[in-house]
Amino acid sequence: MGRKLLLDKAHVENIRQYDVYRQNGGYRSVEKALKSMSPDAVTEEVKKSGLRGRGGAGFPTGMKWSFLAKPEGVPRYLVVNADESEPGTFKDRYLMEFIPHLLIEGMIVASFALGSTRSYIYIRGEYAWIVGILEQAIAEARQNGWLGKNILGSGFDCDIYVQRGAGAYICGEETALLESLEGKRGNPRIKPPFPAVKGLWDCPTVVNNVETISAVVPIINEGGDEYAKIGVGRSTGTKLISACGNIKKPGVYEIDMTISVEEFIYSDEYCGGIANGKRLKACIPGGSSVPILPANLLLKTAKGEKRIMNYESLSDGGFATGSMMGSGGFIVLDEDQCVVRHTYTLARFYRHESCGQCSPCREGTGWMEKILWNLESGKGKSSDIDLLWDIQRKIEGNTICPLGDAAAWPVAAAIRHFRDEFEWHVTNAAESQTRNFGLAHYANELPVAPASV
Amino acid sequence: MSEPSKLFKVTIDNITVEVEPGTTILMAARKIGGDVAPPTMCFYSKLKGSGGKCRTCLVEVSAGSTADPRPMPKLVASCRTNVMDGMIVKNITSERVLDARAGVVEFLLLNHPLDCPICDQAGECHLQDLGYEHGKAGTRYEFKRRTFEKEDIGPYIQLHMTRCILCYRCTYVADQLTNNRVHGVLERGDHAEISTYISKSIDSEFSGNMIDVCPVGALTDKTFRFKNRVWFTKPVDAHRDCPTCCGKVTLWQRGDDVLRVTARKDEWGEVQSYDGKPGWICNTCRFDKKHTADWVIEGPTKIDRHSVISQGHYVGLQQPKETVQAVMGGRAPKLLMDIHSVSDVNSVDISALPGPATSKTFDKKNQ
Repeated sequence: MGRKLLLDKAHVENIRQYDVYRQNGGYRSVEKALKSMSPDAVTEEVKKSGLRGRGGAGFPTGMKWSFLAKPEGVPRYLVVNADESEPGTFKDRYLMEFIPHLLIEGMIVASFALGSTRSYIYIRGEYAWIVGILEQAIAEARQNGWLGKNILGSGFDCDIYVQRGAGAYICGEETALLESLEGKRGNPRIKPPFPAVKGLWDCPTVVNNVETISAVVPIINEGGDEYAKIGVGRSTGTKLISACGNIKKPGVYEIDMTISVEEFIYSDEYCGGIANGKRLKACIPGGSSVPILPANLLLKTAKGEKRIMNYESLSDGGFATGSMMGSGGFIVLDEDQCVVRHTYTLARFYRHESCGQCSPCREGTGWMEKILWNLESGKGKSSDIDLLWDIQRKIEGNTICPLGDAAAWPVAAAIRHFRDEFEWHVTNAAESQTRNFGLAHYANELPVAPASV
Repeated sequence: MSEPSKLFKVTIDNITVEVEPGTTILMAARKIGGDVAPPTMCFYSKLKGSGGKCRTCLVEVSAGSTADPRPMPKLVASCRTNVMDGMIVKNITSERVLDARAGVVEFLLLNHPLDCPICDQAGECHLQDLGYEHGKAGTRYEFKRRTFEKEDIGPYIQLHMTRCILCYRCTYVADQLTNNRVHGVLERGDHAEISTYISKSIDSEFSGNMIDVCPVGALTDKTFRFKNRVWFTKPVDAHRDCPTCCGKVTLWQRGDDVLRVTARKDEWGEVQSYDGKPGWICNTCRFDKKHTADWVIEGPTKIDRHSVISQGHYVGLQQPKETVQAVMGGRAPKLLMDIHSVSDVNSVDISALPGPATSKTFDKKNQ
């Protein structure tokens, strides 16, 4: 049983309410930080904890905070990215919906560390009902003196505002989020300048994920060093994984990044195995944008080692044989799923969500979708597979924001690992309309190359 | 001892140039000029904030600076990346760049209608030039292209959204030259379109400059539509004393008729600057002053020798040697029909005609 830091109180009845949250040890970290620590000491503690951004990129949070420019007389902002739109990812929703005060508490501490007197939560438009929950929590916190002027007599003022997005995936990209927050069209900005220098209203800004900010609470409560002891290597602390797909128990799980992927999928404590007695075919371990892996590469790395649920192990082997931790959206596909259809669905999503600002993403995503539809509906040619590969290669890395990469990677990985399934769709066009390719050899043990000396 | 140099040294395609700090890679490359300058579709040096969108100007930075000589992992948009001292940039010397650029050209042309034969921009279209210089011969796109309805935006400008490459230049013109922007980008992704706010018309006094900045034929001058091909018209520099703008223009003439008035363009296809200020022109000069009497003629406009617009302006050019026979070992090619026996198509100087050329112009029997 792994340790829970974020969700340990999630099942206490009425934890959503301030009184219950407070009785269960809530807002201790604010007391500790504001009364006994300097802002720099809080940042230092977060640095020590080794906390990495939970939104997908995994950038060290303490380092991000220390990059924040601090010119005199210019306000600084903390913006919490609650625009959780990645298909397969729903961990932030769980946090905000059930323990909203944890996020508010983390935000107060983070705002104190960063010197942000106005902090924002940018929440995706589809989470309409959560806005009320957060507003309620903010109002309760304000009533009890955790927000407003001169919090706890420390001289620190802070207010938190919730802003709803309008349902665009692209607004989860931090600069598009800032544009949208400013009331403009949510187009990603061209970087540099980075938000740490010129962010919201041209002021230095830190944009952090909901889970990242929530993790600040246990870090301050227990100390960065204690937090860093959980987990392994550079993957410290706990991570929320939102598991979905063909598993027995989909849901949000908190893991301490030392368990293996196999244990996560098959143990009763977590996903409980593949549903309906089927076999595992493939999995996207970190939200729809990260590369898909076939069962054999998912459970073991190319070196033959057990794959562990953490940043390093999931990305072991690079994109050739590995994937990414991403945002923790764990999508499991069983033997009945068609990878071509699945890839088409993702391509359709990215075509729909491309902002249209830069040409490779605007035109390329639509092109990939159309080719994939042809392949899926039995009208594909074998040259289409190479064409897809070339298109994704020309999108990846050549766009303004990471959406281009996010659109290219799933296609690239699907072709890399499931090329024979694509080819089968071309050569057996009629048959592909009536049945799926099935598990094939995707769960077979892979030969392990002897370690080069 | 001399003062320590404050200029940054940057090497682009093995040519070193010294530029002021804060210069972008693109502007440094333009200082070198020629093929070293990356093509631009969305960047416009006179419009603040433009650039970064089309991705045609991607370059490889193989050394970030003297202080930090690590290469940049991704290709960068040269129009929005500032130079550092000791930076080494690869443009046309990098396979990666050429490959990515060919990809971008293919993407830009993917949904473009390629209706050049009926497009007023043909001959001065940046997308045509880009396609010829950096693109591939064919397309691999086999699907229906996206189309839009033509739209009249204001009394002078027509919008062909189908041709648009979403460079956003026209929105910057509206933001920076006019008091009130009433058009912008609606929708997103591949169905994003430029449009006005609930079919409002654009009637600002400087709106005509959108036509000049449009790199393709998406925004066309309604007073010039289908009047003539640009390469049949003769560009002449002229000026007038205009109370609202600089009054320095190029007249596009056919005989004595002024068919079109535009701002003067520099070698990068951008509006020329005078004393550091861009020479935008007002709608009165552009649309209403269409007589030579309105203008003081300065002389012929210098047009790049490689442009099709200069076609027909060089009199007495040496004919290239006929080599077909030599190649075929003395045999003459078998012609289905010798067009020269029925038509004067190659010997008529079209730009010397007073009006548009018709089939009669080329018919030998009628002369």
